[in-house]
Amino acid sequence: MSKVKSLEELMKIKEQAIQNIKMRESGKRGKIIVAMGTCGIAAGAKDTLKAIVEYLSELKIDDIAVVQSGCMGLCEVEPTIEVALEGQEPIVYGHVTPENAKRIIQSHILEGKIVSDLMVKRGEV
Amino acid sequence: MALTTNTILICAGGGCISAGEESVKQAFERKLKEFGLDTVVKVVETGCMGACSLGPLAVIYPDGVYYQKLTPKAAEKIVEEHILKGRVVPEFLFEGEKEKLTIKEKPRGAEEIPFFARQVKIALRNVGVIDPMSIEEYIARDGYFALHKALTQMTPEEVIKEIKDSGLRGRGGAGFPTGLKWELARQQQSDIKYMICNADEGDPGAFMDRSILEGDPHSIVEAMTIAGYAIGAKQGFVYVRAEYPLAIERLQKAIEDAHAYGFLGENIFGTDFSFDIEIRIGAGAFVCGEETALMHSIEGKRGQPRVKPPFPVQRGLWGKPTVINNVETLALVPPIILRGASWFRQFGTEKSPGTKVFALAGKIKNTGLVEVPMGITLRELLYEIGGGHPQGKQIKAVQTGGPSGGVIPAEYFDTPVDYESLGKLGAIMGSGGMIVLDEDDCMVDVAKFFLEFTVDESCGKCTPCREGTKVMYDILDKITKGEGTMEDIEKLEKLALVIKDSSLCGLGQTAPNPVLSTLKYYRHEYEAHVRDGVCPAKRCKAFISYVINPEKCVGCTACARVCPTNAIRGEVRKVHEIEQDACVRCGSCIEVCRFGAISKVTPAVSSAVAR
Repeated sequence: MSKVKSLEELMKIKEQAIQNIKMRESGKRGKIIVAMGTCGIAAGAKDTLKAIVEYLSELKIDDIAVVQSGCMGLCEVEPTIEVALEGQEPIVYGHVTPENAKRIIQSHILEGKIVSDLMVKRGEV
Repeated sequence: MALTTNTILICAGGGCISAGEESVKQAFERKLKEFGLDTVVKVVETGCMGACSLGPLAVIYPDGVYYQKLTPKAAEKIVEEHILKGRVVPEFLFEGEKEKLTIKEKPRGAEEIPFFARQVKIALRNVGVIDPMSIEEYIARDGYFALHKALTQMTPEEVIKEIKDSGLRGRGGAGFPTGLKWELARQQQSDIKYMICNADEGDPGAFMDRSILEGDPHSIVEAMTIAGYAIGAKQGFVYVRAEYPLAIERLQKAIEDAHAYGFLGENIFGTDFSFDIEIRIGAGAFVCGEETALMHSIEGKRGQPRVKPPFPVQRGLWGKPTVINNVETLALVPPIILRGASWFRQFGTEKSPGTKVFALAGKIKNTGLVEVPMGITLRELLYEIGGGHPQGKQIKAVQTGGPSGGVIPAEYFDTPVDYESLGKLGAIMGSGGMIVLDEDDCMVDVAKFFLEFTVDESCGKCTPCREGTKVMYDILDKITKGEGTMEDIEKLEKLALVIKDSSLCGLGQTAPNPVLSTLKYYRHEYEAHVRDGVCPAKRCKAFISYVINPEKCVGCTACARVCPTNAIRGEVRKVHEIEQDACVRCGSCIEVCRFGAISKVTPAVSSAVAR
């Protein structure tokens, strides 16, 4: 740690620290729900979850919460994730491998475009 | 640092630690590792969350779901269900939610649970929210921004003016205006001045200062540095009692980290202001919370008070001008500097602006720590936030201000909580301890309890306090043993007034308060003891007997087996009897009787064998 001499330096520490604790708080732009039922886990949902978290962190996206849920009932297309952005209809994606997860984040979260080839359902499950 | 999906905040305040927080935390970590989630789920220990009776507590973010009374088993289940599958575990949800919650419904967050929703957290803003060992988390919550603002954009006079305008008053209990204290110290001409934080919290039942030091130590470091700048001091001391090892450990770490970032030490923020803080550990004498005794103790002398004036701001530590502020007072300083006096004044009342932290204890459902705006009524505090009596009984009175305070009977519960209103009732704000009493509490016994404390803690310098409190205690003891006379009650009153008038420091001046206030509102209870041989609360052993109702007794022998003095006689399936001479009134029999056949009666039954 070096000594802080200015408001800018203090702000920098603050912003960095906020990144680290922000995921704690609710009230974000949206969330990605990873289905972690037995079927999802068997199909590799844990790796998907890790990939999502890592990729979001790599892109410094801090307004998307990542939460886990139970089985969505779409066992045949597991791993599934639901992307629910504030004010938009939630989208459920299937066969979300770590690679597909990156595509979804890139396209849906960053560019606002739904990844239609992976989409299995619109609206609440 | 990797992003996290969930964060588990575990309360590591004193209450939760003693309830087994450590093993719960380990269970969380073990289970997370087992599921390979330890890299994406963060476990953070925070300061006291306030609901101490329900500990160990944890909050799971991002949902903000509160869990209570956790065990290692519960932690494992929460990882399996909540963390892994996103399903809330209803059986450990925060108080009262279990019944209402269906699977689909979202559990309530802090903003919806009445215990949290009615509170305004300023002094406790970070306690239970951040990791107290992380300076970065403190900075993330605007930590050290007030210090920067004070040092670079304000003159010391402007800092003092802001605090004066805010109307902040000492939260240690006396309520002296903090800004005025700083101004008086500022005006003193001296090459050396000192800033002291009084963390010698000693009232039975009060633990807000400990919680702040344990949960948000940086707020004290920052506030002391701001105060040092305002009054012109370069050196600060935190006087903290040795019974608070965790507070000392976390404060020490905070001081070290603040040094590393340059918030303490030479040329803070590149300005020419330098300040440092040392911790001084006291041996836990109650009198050392009195400022002059406290300073003697720091100087290495015997902790005894001296005559004021000169006041510490004139001649304090080693004869130099010194400001002594209480922990909670200081914790309020950074937000005031950062957000302004008028922001602070939107809370509380005209004469008592801001918030106050109270420690709720005794016969109340939500025992723990709460911060509320001044001016809230006792009724709101006790019933809406405190949740009322745990068994739904009538609350008889509340004792505020510990051994220096007094009782406030239930008929005054609509009184707003502020310095003046409580003072008018003969109680005091004090440091914020509130002990809730019900019909089973005998007021003479309560007064005796506090007197016993002050007899122990009197430093012995002033004769009225040293000898007088002992005489008062003996009289109270006599009364509770059934040997008191009506003259004793008058003598008590007379002595109390003499001790108040002739003692040097706050300890002696306030020591008789519990007796005076119970005499004021519950004189009839004293008289009942003396004149009628009755203890209305059925508490004082000399005035009660345990009796068996022959109609209800089935002769199960449970009571006879548990009685330590073999005072209960009777054959199986026959009505039992208690031999009064052998009975020591321990109450064990009542606890084991499943038929409600045993009861306490007052006055004591005179016959050798009573039914």
